[in-house]
Amino acid sequence: MSNPAVELSGVTKRFGDEVIAVNGIELTINDGEFFSLLGPSGCGKTTTLRMIAGFEFPSEGSIRVHGAEMGLKPPNERPINTVFQSYALFPHMSVAENVAFGLEMKKVEKSEVETRVNRVLDQVQLAKRADAKPSQLSGGMQQRVALARALVNEPEVLLLDEPLGALDLKLRQAMQVELKDLQGRVGITFIYVTHDQQEALTMSDRIGVMSEGSLLQVGRSEEIYERPTSRFVADFIGDINLIDATMDGSGSAHLGNGVTVGVPAGEAAAGAEVTLALRPERLALYDLDEEIPAGHNRVKVRVTRRLYYGDVYFYDVDAGLGSEIEVKEENRPGVELYEVGEEAYLVWSPEAANLVLG
Amino acid sequence: MTAPPVTDDQTTVAPVTPELEQAAIKAESRRGFFISLPAFAYLVVFFVIPLLLVFVYSFATRDATGLTVLEDWNLESYKRLFSPLVLEIFLRSLILALVTTVICLLFSYPFAYYIATRSPGARNILLVLVMIPFWSNFLVRTYAWRVILGSDGPVSQMSVALGGEPIRLLFTNTAVLIGLVYGFLPFMVLPLYAALERMDWRLVEAARDLYADGSTAFRKVTLPLSMPGVVAGSILVFIPSLGAYVTPAILGGAKTTLLGDYIVSQFLAARNWPFGSALSFGVMFVMLLATIFYFRAGAKTL
Repeated sequence: MSNPAVELSGVTKRFGDEVIAVNGIELTINDGEFFSLLGPSGCGKTTTLRMIAGFEFPSEGSIRVHGAEMGLKPPNERPINTVFQSYALFPHMSVAENVAFGLEMKKVEKSEVETRVNRVLDQVQLAKRADAKPSQLSGGMQQRVALARALVNEPEVLLLDEPLGALDLKLRQAMQVELKDLQGRVGITFIYVTHDQQEALTMSDRIGVMSEGSLLQVGRSEEIYERPTSRFVADFIGDINLIDATMDGSGSAHLGNGVTVGVPAGEAAAGAEVTLALRPERLALYDLDEEIPAGHNRVKVRVTRRLYYGDVYFYDVDAGLGSEIEVKEENRPGVELYEVGEEAYLVWSPEAANLVLG
Repeated sequence: MTAPPVTDDQTTVAPVTPELEQAAIKAESRRGFFISLPAFAYLVVFFVIPLLLVFVYSFATRDATGLTVLEDWNLESYKRLFSPLVLEIFLRSLILALVTTVICLLFSYPFAYYIATRSPGARNILLVLVMIPFWSNFLVRTYAWRVILGSDGPVSQMSVALGGEPIRLLFTNTAVLIGLVYGFLPFMVLPLYAALERMDWRLVEAARDLYADGSTAFRKVTLPLSMPGVVAGSILVFIPSLGAYVTPAILGGAKTTLLGDYIVSQFLAARNWPFGSALSFGVMFVMLLATIFYFRAGAKTL
């Protein structure tokens, strides 16, 4: 299987004449990869997933799975299985019957069906509940049945549509780890749709960020977080301060309050309007008489709010830029606290900022 | 949250004890009983008491003049239920009711499925169309079938126009069947629609995703999950078909008596009230058995 697991080229989906749900997506997903499609609701990520599964057909474009064109093939003829957001377990069948469904449809021999169903139910720790009806199980258990029902077929690609959305936080975090481990063990390509950026960052090998039907950026978690290429991606993934600036020349720019700061050298020409994307955890507050590390930027600010989160403190500071800047300081022993109204220097390394054009 | 009750006398508001809580629950249940009292009273006077009278009459005797004598209680009327004539009428009615139910089911399922998968606006229009016949009198509509099925009616004329023989359907069991299917079709469509409308279509997607083709997904998922509608519709069609009187009386022939007109004839023409009563209870018993059977069969698939 040298071909990529899934290739989308020029995939567009229109509903009626007006609505373009998915707009010309080009995407290659590698074999064995954990790939996440991330975006706000209505961005087209679920429609993209449904087109790969075969529940919707693209208006135009090509979807290939391990090199084979999917065209207008119905879902039952695709080597793909789906874990639905609502689980979609058959309520009139037992757990074991649910899990056996796909194998029975593929006319796998009865004894083998039994062996494989038992094995996968063992894997998801539900062997004891094989005869229960889905309605008798908790949400987390139903989730695992849905997963087992898809995995037992050993599909070439597994699609997961916000499978953890209905679980409470603790269970969701546990399942994230479990899913990631499972994917590593079975080696199946996972395409995971989520609107939860934390989930996407934690679990994925690569992430594709979507907005309004378009794929904006594809990259490893770190790339997406550290080097967003657009304002939307920067803003959508995690907390971030977006500060308008004008380039003075390579390596420096001036802010709205007149302060000149160092920025990463880039292709932006002098006079270009840029946005500085700064993560709150890359910013620090220093006393006015304190010595700051060499080469760092410093801007005088006034603290307007301090919030205690347990592990961290969040500060809102006013640098005379119109909107406030958020600073995240770890709650380490001996951390120096700033009171509301106090003046301080906001300090960051030029490399910590990210230049986003437009 | 409801606001605490406002009382003029603040001294009556006390902390709640188990006794006070029980008293409040009892008062609530009493209120429920009182507001249902009119319906209870109506049913007791006009349904339960007459039914008991029929039950009592079924054990009475008929004297030589045809009057019912409320003494000499016996089981003669019930023994007569097993006479060849009654069994023949019963079998004929049973087959007709079963065929009516099956035809209604076969017609209604695809139609209900079609309605349930339309857009909400189109659904309402189609549902209104299903219910429009109810706006005119059932008797009038059944008489209309006399014209349609008569020997010089449109059905017969069409057959002649196509070079065939004139078809005489009126006063046959086929005419009764057509009339029954026509009359009871909405009673099958509506419960089926209700069941299919509640259907979670993502389950069908899941079946397709798990390699089921369209017809297998229907057989394994849609049909079993719509069984409650099938059961409800079948009961709603089967039971009135079994005891139908108006349709057979208007469209049926004199030669092929069905249960409905046989019972009526016992009360009116034959003036044998005890036997008519026993027949009524016999039919009710069969209906009860059929209902239990349907529910069992329906429950098994779920």
